[in-house]
Amino acid sequence: MTTTNAIAKTCIAAAALVLAAGCATGPQANPADPFEGYNRGMARFNDGVDDAVLKPTATAYQAVTPQPVRTGVTNVFANLGDLWSSVNNLLQLRGEAALDSFVRFNVNTVFGIGGLFDVASEAGIQRHKSDFGLTLARWGVPSGPYLVLPLLGPSTVRDTAALPVDWQGDLVTQIGHVPTRNSLYGFRAVNTRANLLNAGSVLDSAALDKYSFTRDVYLQLRAQQAGQGAPGGGGDGGSEGGDGRLPPEEN
Amino acid sequence: MAERKDFHMMMNRRSLGQLAAAAALAAALPARAADEAPDALIKRLSNDVLQAIRGDKSLQNGDITKIIALVDRTIMPHVNFRRMTAAAVGPGWRQATPEQQQRLQEEFKTLLVRTYAGALTQVNAQTSIAVKPLRAQPTDTDVPVRTEIQGRGDPIQLDYRLEKTADGWKIYNLNVLGVWLVETYRNQFTQEINSKGVAGLIDSLAARNKANAGNGGAK
Repeated sequence: MTTTNAIAKTCIAAAALVLAAGCATGPQANPADPFEGYNRGMARFNDGVDDAVLKPTATAYQAVTPQPVRTGVTNVFANLGDLWSSVNNLLQLRGEAALDSFVRFNVNTVFGIGGLFDVASEAGIQRHKSDFGLTLARWGVPSGPYLVLPLLGPSTVRDTAALPVDWQGDLVTQIGHVPTRNSLYGFRAVNTRANLLNAGSVLDSAALDKYSFTRDVYLQLRAQQAGQGAPGGGGDGGSEGGDGRLPPEEN
Repeated sequence: MAERKDFHMMMNRRSLGQLAAAAALAAALPARAADEAPDALIKRLSNDVLQAIRGDKSLQNGDITKIIALVDRTIMPHVNFRRMTAAAVGPGWRQATPEQQQRLQEEFKTLLVRTYAGALTQVNAQTSIAVKPLRAQPTDTDVPVRTEIQGRGDPIQLDYRLEKTADGWKIYNLNVLGVWLVETYRNQFTQEINSKGVAGLIDSLAARNKANAGNGGAK
């Protein structure tokens, strides 16, 4: 009765506080990042998990595994991704890219022994990596605010919505045997993290504030990828401040 | 006295010709530098840097002092670093004293060189730089130049923004993989200035540089 009311009121107040903390208000609020409070918290959590688990594992993996083996592993997973890229390129009406991706997948699977060797790149067939988020972008869906996902890291509202579709398109997901599938997920995560160890240390050195640096770089990269699919090539770096032009110097 | 006067007159006439020739030569050199097209300039600089790295093992191993020297010698003369720093600092630049402006430039340069020096260690024999054709009017004074670093793996997009000055074209913005440097650092610097002011920004930069030096630079 009164106690239940009190508990309910406390819970509602707590929830309201959490939501308010998540919403950026006040003079520091960044209009491009309305979820900054939540994002920073999640980024901190992800960094914690990374420092505790993923980075040490990836570092050890890199130390004990010779480069050619790691390249082979990267190629196998990238090859699986090429099929989904092909589908998305097709959905974006990028015929040449779709064909390239499809040919890559076939050539690498057959001649590259299950994707181990990137024969297609040697043959000059370019990779056109794509995903459902980019397909949505191509069809006019704006990216929406920056959103940091638990464990998965930087994303946007649009790309988060696209994730379930990407998971369906991910060939690893199609594996029925759950323990094998989970092992492959883990293996892929460790291998990817190992490939990004250099980039990670550049990030640590380059940034004054790792969170906002990561956010700005991620959003620019993503806009760039989306822009490349736009009809007309987007070659001069279309979207938001994309051409690097600055106001004249004032002395 | 008269002899000395005659001597001077003779010297003048003879050396006038030499002087004229020297002046013409001196005038020709800066004129040629100012006439070099922006994409030709970028191509020359890129190849110079690649050659320097390929020829020096210590550069490939990430010797920071040598990399800074290479950057100072080859690249910095063609960069309007003051404009880059001012644009990254934003409105706070005008409130900064000249000493602070100087410090900002130095710390920013150290930060960039230390951080991205690691990228130069990835250069190998297959690395090459392809400069895309310049898409600009001959009368433009502010142009983009697009290049691509080709080698192992996917090509890396590297774009420049150049402005025309009396000393030739100068780089004032840089784009790697779609990310413009000045814009990215502008957000970083604005955050620091909002919370700690320009002096605080200088301190943060200096602290970051010290920490990077302690870690032996980016590798």
